[in-house]
Amino acid sequence: MQEALLSPAAALPKLAKAPTGIDGLDEITEGGLPLGRPTLLCGSAGCGKTLMAIEFLVRGVQGYNEPGVLMTFEETADELAANVASLGFDLRQMQANKQLRLDHVHVNRAEIEEAGEYDLDGLFIRLGYAIDAIGAKRVVLDTIEALFAGFPNEAVLRSEIRRLFRWLKDKGVTTIITAERGEGTLTRQGLEEYVSDCVILLDNRVINQITTRRLRIVKYRGSTHGTNEYPYLISEDGISVLPVTSLKLEHTVSDEVVSSGVAGLDEMFTRRGWYRGSSILLTGTAGTAKTTIAASFAAETCRRGERCLYFAFEESPAQLLRNMLTVGLDLQPFVNQGLLRIESSRPTLNGLERHLVTLHKMVKDYQPRAVVIDPMSNLTSVGSLSEVSSMLTRMIDFLKVSNITALLTALVNGQHGQPDLTQEGVSSLVDTWVSVRDLEGVGERNRGLSILKARGMAHSNQVREFLVTDHGIELLDVVIGPAGIITGASRLTQRMQEEAQRVVRQLEAEQRDRELERKRRVLEATIANLRTEFETVEEELRRIGHEEHTRDAALRASRSALATGRASDYLPAQPNTRP
Amino acid sequence: MMMEVREEVLNSEELAPGETWELRLYVAGQTTKSVAALANLRRYCEQHVPGRYQLEVIDLLLHPQLAEGDQILAIPTVVRKVPEPIRKVIGDLSNEERVLVGLDLRPKSR
Repeated sequence: MQEALLSPAAALPKLAKAPTGIDGLDEITEGGLPLGRPTLLCGSAGCGKTLMAIEFLVRGVQGYNEPGVLMTFEETADELAANVASLGFDLRQMQANKQLRLDHVHVNRAEIEEAGEYDLDGLFIRLGYAIDAIGAKRVVLDTIEALFAGFPNEAVLRSEIRRLFRWLKDKGVTTIITAERGEGTLTRQGLEEYVSDCVILLDNRVINQITTRRLRIVKYRGSTHGTNEYPYLISEDGISVLPVTSLKLEHTVSDEVVSSGVAGLDEMFTRRGWYRGSSILLTGTAGTAKTTIAASFAAETCRRGERCLYFAFEESPAQLLRNMLTVGLDLQPFVNQGLLRIESSRPTLNGLERHLVTLHKMVKDYQPRAVVIDPMSNLTSVGSLSEVSSMLTRMIDFLKVSNITALLTALVNGQHGQPDLTQEGVSSLVDTWVSVRDLEGVGERNRGLSILKARGMAHSNQVREFLVTDHGIELLDVVIGPAGIITGASRLTQRMQEEAQRVVRQLEAEQRDRELERKRRVLEATIANLRTEFETVEEELRRIGHEEHTRDAALRASRSALATGRASDYLPAQPNTRP
Repeated sequence: MMMEVREEVLNSEELAPGETWELRLYVAGQTTKSVAALANLRRYCEQHVPGRYQLEVIDLLLHPQLAEGDQILAIPTVVRKVPEPIRKVIGDLSNEERVLVGLDLRPKSR
């Protein structure tokens, strides 16, 4: 895959390679060591030549089913087996399985007298026999230079070594030859002139009392390769080479958004959180609750049922748990459930590379969805800025490629306010940059939070004041005073003034209401009076009307009675009708 | 053709303990050096310790597994197994002086 990506001339047959199976080495050699050819591995004492060579054999057996022969000129087979047992390499078992053959060549000058011409056919025969006995594909000669101490005739030796390498090539076995580093030359005996296919140089350097091992491919005939110096480590699992720049920006991205764990902060992003697999930088001066925000994020991750790995470079796990409990973040249940793992160590415990490898290893073992590093700025105490920068680059890259959300906190020394991490080059690597800082006002400090950048997402431009309460981080509403956003006591003052104004306004309103009520009541009273008056008048009028009616009726009655009476009264008086 | 021959040239009556030489010559095929070494070695033995030596020739081409036991690298190598300590002389043994010193092939003076 690696090769296909790198080479435009993929159509031509490529140099066949034997993968070493060593972490990272195959990446920088673009596939492994030249297949069927010798490789020279040189370095000073204690830089792990023998170990790397043995790992090459063991990985060959374990991963590629290629048996190997280890011919050692210095240590006995028993010693070697004991030495590498700590790495989990069971050489004896492999010997028993006929996957590995150890041959200790003992050369003692005192026992040997030279009398006439000779050659090293014995060595060839031994090696050939060992190779054929198990059908070996890989051979290690460690350290062939010991022969120079055993045989006085250097001319013979040199021609024989040349013949040996030729013979190994013809045999088609992939060989590693280890050699001690010489003064001004790669090897003490100038072996590099015989091995021309691939030369790897190991180096052990102490800078500021911290040892870093580095590996460089001096040459690799017929193949491109990484040319830099790559740090490598000897860990419990063997050798890990850490390619600095071989990682490319080709990782897939997620469109999923995860919460930051602080509700108010989520609100500041238009998509309410940050992207999964992105890297977030949280910078701030001392005491601006960086750890609390980081822990909130960790807790939120765990709440979703995802694993989170927390590297604490300043606090022990117990201290972190206790401190977070005071702000209402109970992380202990997550730890118990295995969702949260807190790794505490002093940055000075290890070199940078080892920190990186620890991270790699833990991420591989634990498979977290989020990683918190708190604080990464402490790492500068272990290495120079450029080293830290390159280490962080690799770390962030690695996490991004693994689609792990990474939250890194960093302490900035900031009386000047604006944090400047460009010297560490991290700011350009991260996707989201949240800054927390002191907002120093009149006689008080308040904490403010703002988003400096968020790739691929619109975000608020405000500096939000926040409080660390006993139930976590709380972002306060934005209060805009006459001179912009105000915080702290000014915020309170503003609030009190507003309150007072509100009370006054309320009183006024109440007064208005009462006035209205009064007026209404007066008006109603007037209306009642008028109505009463009206009723009186109405009654009077009605009474008059009634009386009139009564009188009318009486009049009418009396009139008719009168009419009737007249008729009877007057009839008798009428003469005509009287009998 | 004469490889892996065991030459018993012992005369037990003359031998006293500690005064016998047990030699083993490692060769690889019939090379000039191997042939010369065998011839030389036999000559020295006959000259200096006649009848008191035991010579074993091992061809590593036929028995490669035997190379490891005596830590053979150079060919030809003659190994003096007895008397102790083990000594080795490498080469075609053309340098008589060195062979005699190396294997201590001198009759013990009584």
